[in-house]
Amino acid sequence: MVNTGGNSTGIQIRNLFKIFGRSGLEYVDKVQRGMSKTELLEKHGHVLGLKDINIDMPAGSIQVIMGLSGSGKSTLIRHINRLIDPTAGQVLVEGTDVVKFTPLDLREFRRHKTAMVFQKFGLLPHRTVLENTVYGLEVQGLPRGKQVEAAMTWLDRVGLTGFENRYPNQLSGGMQQRVGLARALANDAPILLMDEAFSALDPLIRADMQSVLLDLQKEIRKTIVFITHDLDEALRLGDGIAILRDGEIVQQGNSQDIVLRPADDYIASFVKEVNRGRVVRVASAMAPLGDGDSRSTVSIAGEATLEAAAYVFRQNDVDKLTVVDDANMPIGTISLREVMNAMLTTERALH
Amino acid sequence: MEWLSTFPHLDDASLTALKKSIDEGFRTFTRTYGGGIETFFQPLQFFLIQCERIMTRTPWPIVILVIAGLAWLASRSVKLALGCVVMLLLIGFFDMWDDTMKTISMIFVCTVLAIAVGLPLGIAMSRSDRLQNTVNPILDVMQTMPSFVYLIPVVMLLGIGRVPGLIAVVIYAVPPMIRLTNLGIRLVDKDVLEAADAYGSSGWQRLFKVQLPLALPTIMAGINQTIMMALAMVVIAAMIGVQGLGQPVLKAISNQYFTLGMFNGLAIVGIAIIFDRVSQAYGRRLQRHMEVAHG
Ligand SMILES: Nc1ncnc2c1ncn2[C@@H]1O[C@H](COP(=O)(O)OP(=O)(O)OP(=O)(O)O)[C@@H](O)[C@H]1O
Ligand SMILES: [Mg+2]
Repeated sequence: MVNTGGNSTGIQIRNLFKIFGRSGLEYVDKVQRGMSKTELLEKHGHVLGLKDINIDMPAGSIQVIMGLSGSGKSTLIRHINRLIDPTAGQVLVEGTDVVKFTPLDLREFRRHKTAMVFQKFGLLPHRTVLENTVYGLEVQGLPRGKQVEAAMTWLDRVGLTGFENRYPNQLSGGMQQRVGLARALANDAPILLMDEAFSALDPLIRADMQSVLLDLQKEIRKTIVFITHDLDEALRLGDGIAILRDGEIVQQGNSQDIVLRPADDYIASFVKEVNRGRVVRVASAMAPLGDGDSRSTVSIAGEATLEAAAYVFRQNDVDKLTVVDDANMPIGTISLREVMNAMLTTERALH
Repeated sequence: MEWLSTFPHLDDASLTALKKSIDEGFRTFTRTYGGGIETFFQPLQFFLIQCERIMTRTPWPIVILVIAGLAWLASRSVKLALGCVVMLLLIGFFDMWDDTMKTISMIFVCTVLAIAVGLPLGIAMSRSDRLQNTVNPILDVMQTMPSFVYLIPVVMLLGIGRVPGLIAVVIYAVPPMIRLTNLGIRLVDKDVLEAADAYGSSGWQRLFKVQLPLALPTIMAGINQTIMMALAMVVIAAMIGVQGLGQPVLKAISNQYFTLGMFNGLAIVGIAIIFDRVSQAYGRRLQRHMEVAHG
């Protein structure tokens, strides 16, 4: 198992169950047949962590996982590098089941294939910022010169130059989180596991770190699993989004699916506050091209946001825009009314 | 109603027989294995005697300088180093230099031995709950057993002299070392360990890069306690031939020399204070990274 650098690695999770407690395996069947989390806890003293999770994370994409506190996000991400052993199910990375790894395989896998950012930072308090950042490389046994070189590059990228020799508890929460980020990025692993990696950052630095991640994704495509509470962040970063509730996936899809077609009230309440103008794409709101439709002289890309469409309407006195695809071929039309309908949620209209 | 006023006990004959057979068994054991055990501990004797030689034969100003230097290195406190110098000068001035050097070398060897035994055992205990549950009661017994009792089997096995004394002292002083090593490692933050695991640390890397460094302040507290207990035990160990400050104290007890006893007792207190302050200051220095807490 060697580090293949830029080559990314897809992850598939199949029928994953996690039931915390002495004899979790006995309850998998019952849970599958519909026993609720509360019943399992009150009658049997076991905690339902995850229930029948199935996710496909294509190589080189960003998979966002969302959900309320306690919904099982951290539990799920820990299964990918097997910090938690599943009660049942498979976690396939490059087609091999992580659950079946021997301890030695697992160690190599963790050293070279994954890097993780922790919700609670997980920094080594007795090591300086620099020594923390090189930790993963040190464990791999890289020469010291290379360790420091990589660490310094990433410390600079996350804006911590000059703090190399401080100890973690001399730093603010946000700075500590960025040390954790630098440590993970310095590892240069094809899989990046980020458990609320930006939650302690202020909005400016947060946007900055999001850009770092997206830039990185353009250079070297990694498979990134990103946990967040922030829907705007999820929509900005996620190629795919999965929403968890009480250990179950309630909806999976891309940003358009989640915003335009929320699976239930729970998700609808999640997406209610979203600025749809900046999320929803014209292609999702247009009327598909029919025969004999009148076309407009002004066109707009299907990938553009509704907000961009609104600007175009303001600048041109037309009542329809022609929507075109990447190859500039018309695929539909959109009117100002359609733009407005897609931008404003129904609930808002009622109040 | 006699059984109420005198506790119904094993009759005297069988009690005597019991004690006799245990003693006899132990004596046979001693006769068969005593020689072998003695050879086993031979290197200790050599080590101990060498230390004593170095301490007593080196010119005193050099010894004082070295001790003060070590105190400074450990604590980075000039005051503490000066305190050491004054203490040692006073001890020498009252003609207790040789005995003090012997005691210090004894304590040094005991501490090294206690660390050599206690650290691995503490680490092993931290990894296995079962081992912890078996070792802990044994440590309880070791710590509450009157220290004189240790002397008996040790003397039976190895006779009178430095090495049996050393072993008795180590048995008495090692429990805090074991306990605090175990505790220190068990107290290491789970999140930190999880991060170390997530980056693929091997068992040894985890131990040496994370667990031991983070447990070190607690382990230092264990070493400190071990030293203090060893100092308390050297006087008792003097009864079986350990050289040093304990000998004059014993002589003072049997002859009712109040001042002799007092002087030597105070010298022990002096050494104890030096060891205590220096090892504590060093322990605190190990925790520097904890000091400037944020938020
Ligand atoms: N070791 C454990 N033993 C028992 N229950 C656990 C354990 N770890 C997690 N749980 C339970 O699993 C559920 C999910 O926890 P998890 O930490 O994955 O939530 P989360 O979605 O990450 O929440 P947050 O947003 O607050 O971080 C919770 O109900 C929690 O109590
Ligand atoms: Mg969490």
